[in-house]
Amino acid sequence: MTTTMSGRVLMEGSEALARAAIVSGCRFFAGYPMTPFTEVLEHMARLLPEVGGVCINAESELEAVGMAWGALSTGARAATGSTGQGLSLMQESFSEITLAELPLVIFNMARGQQDYFQATRGGGHGDYRHIVLAPQDVREGVEHVQLAFHLADKWRNPVLVYGDYLLAHTQEALCIEPMEFPALPAKDWAVDGSASGSGMSKNVTPLGVAKHGQEAFGQEGKFQYIATKTPLMEREVRVESGYLDDAETVVVAFGSPAKFVKYAIKQLRAEGHRIGYVRPITLWPFPFDTVRDAASTARVVGSFELAAGQMVDDVRIAVAGQAPVEFIGGVSTDHSGFGVGRLLEVGEIRTRLLALHEGRPQPQIPGYEKFTYQLQEHQETPA
Amino acid sequence: MPEMKLVKSRGTVTVDVEHCKGCELCIPACPPAVLTMSTPVNHMGYRYPELHPGCTGCAACLLVCPDFVFEVFRFNEPQVHEVAE
Amino acid sequence: MTTLDTSTAPANARKIEQLKPDLLLTQEHHMCPGCGEPLAVRQFLETIQDLGVVQQAVAVAGIGCYTSFSGSMDVDLVQALHGRAPSVATGVKRMLPDALVFTLQGDGDMVNEGLQEVIHTAARGENVTCILLNNGVFGETGGHMTATTVVGQRTKNTLDGRDAAYHGFPILIGDLIAQLEGAAYVARGSVHNAGAVARTKKMFTRAFQSQLRHEGFSFVEVLTMCPTGWFIPTAEGPSYMNETLGEVHIMGELKVDGRVKTTEELHAENVARQHEVEAKLAAGGLDDHEGR
Repeated sequence: MTTTMSGRVLMEGSEALARAAIVSGCRFFAGYPMTPFTEVLEHMARLLPEVGGVCINAESELEAVGMAWGALSTGARAATGSTGQGLSLMQESFSEITLAELPLVIFNMARGQQDYFQATRGGGHGDYRHIVLAPQDVREGVEHVQLAFHLADKWRNPVLVYGDYLLAHTQEALCIEPMEFPALPAKDWAVDGSASGSGMSKNVTPLGVAKHGQEAFGQEGKFQYIATKTPLMEREVRVESGYLDDAETVVVAFGSPAKFVKYAIKQLRAEGHRIGYVRPITLWPFPFDTVRDAASTARVVGSFELAAGQMVDDVRIAVAGQAPVEFIGGVSTDHSGFGVGRLLEVGEIRTRLLALHEGRPQPQIPGYEKFTYQLQEHQETPA
Repeated sequence: MPEMKLVKSRGTVTVDVEHCKGCELCIPACPPAVLTMSTPVNHMGYRYPELHPGCTGCAACLLVCPDFVFEVFRFNEPQVHEVAE
Repeated sequence: MTTLDTSTAPANARKIEQLKPDLLLTQEHHMCPGCGEPLAVRQFLETIQDLGVVQQAVAVAGIGCYTSFSGSMDVDLVQALHGRAPSVATGVKRMLPDALVFTLQGDGDMVNEGLQEVIHTAARGENVTCILLNNGVFGETGGHMTATTVVGQRTKNTLDGRDAAYHGFPILIGDLIAQLEGAAYVARGSVHNAGAVARTKKMFTRAFQSQLRHEGFSFVEVLTMCPTGWFIPTAEGPSYMNETLGEVHIMGELKVDGRVKTTEELHAENVARQHEVEAKLAAGGLDDHEGR
């Protein structure tokens, strides 16, 4: 690590996020190596014992989330993470942890932006939502991690930090300062054995089973309870926008690609093109109002994502027919699938923004012609 | 007239008849074999164990009962019963 | 035949065994007639009290018939998913190193869904106690084959008996775990008769003591009757168990003080212990139950 004269330290994003978790009071972490999440686990393994915390290399992602579940039940701040595939394994537990109202912080160091649905719709069974924070760079990631632990405790609901390969491996010079947050109630629901034998021992459970003599919600009551809590969390929406006052074209983008999009728009504005942007900071709650308002005076709205098109669904919902919505992103990764691909480049993004703005079709991704699915004869007519 | 004999009970049990589910695990578990199933049934329709003289208060019945039906006692002085041979 | 009054507590006597453990909030439960699980629950709850560690006890429950005890056990409890209790217990214990953390799981839960979890938790030597209620079937869903079902055993999806050629062989989970260095105390008990119940209680005592001494992972498997899942009359539960599960999953302390016992040693011990206990019962009681 290199220390600058100002006391800032040069570190990679993964380390910054790990350090941010630790200044948030996280004292338990479990994970399984998987690119590009692995370094977060490595840093946690090194840093947590230094503050009396525990980091376990779990035997699979499934056990990692289970261990975090146990740690959370004792009232500790705990987190887990992976990349999209690993989070897929954890989905049953995510659903049930949400029902059990445990404040889990989840890191998705994603391979691109194609985990948007998994993050925002909830990839598991049942009715639930997680608050999702999408930092655009390491600096914001450090804030979001701390915010995540606060919001998770505030709502007793999991919060997911949507990072990516670029964030994980970019080095920035940082001072990890703890942020201040409003006070929160004590965790009187947590268990530590001290209430055992008192007649008022506690259950931490998704099932709504209470101790004999105490009122039980049952499964039905639990489902309704969480269903009525979820809309209340929508007030946590966060969004950034720019150049919207006179924008003819509005582009919606999140995460590190959004920073590239903003840069391209800045260039295009200097050239006289009236393009503006909305950057959702929370993917859930999605900033429907901001996008709706921006669309009310625009000719066209574009959704830029490094994916086949997921956030565009929420953009369409927000725009509600006020203007046409076009998807201007695409699958963008390298041939290993880890996530930094050819669309993450200002020149490519400029081309797409201009095509949207000037009403021209989106260009094909160069070299992708051979990957294009060809409709087969037996598929031509609906069954 | 039948021959009578004396049988000592060093212990005894109470049986929570209405919670018994008639599983009969206590019957073979009793070392002096002093439990038999009743003829009448409880409110759930199950027969339940009845106690004969000779209980030693060993608590084997309690150990094998899934429904927490028994409490076990030891007499200060063994009780003596006269029973038919 | 003379029957005696068993409706009220007798005069001139002292109570030596109470209706239910103090840590059980109600005697009522949802288990079937003849179920062996409540017998095991009584014994470990009494053990926690006997050891004086009630206010350190945290349970982690799996999913099965026994899950409903999560409401009646007066123990701080975390409900886990099917198979996932060992990892949850790991998280709890790592944050509460002085707590007495134990899981309560069935064979479907632990040996099917959660095999990886329990083996890794044991291998890592996590300082928790996993309790397995093994009845050789998935009771709650209606009596289907699990990884511990023995060859020839009839279950809902092996109606002609488990056929090794098609369904493979059972996993002897206690024996498997005993092989792992992280496992400090491994035992297999049973509740098919009073003597076995008493022996099983000793196993709970030793397992919890092992945890309290921070020796590593402890494990108590308990063979339990499931007449509903076995499709037999309740009274036949114990004999059916002896003929099926009991023949394959051998009762005994499988690993103590770092040494794994052989099957021959276990058999010999079982014969000796059974005689011992039967003698004690015939003589009027097992020592542990004096004056509670």
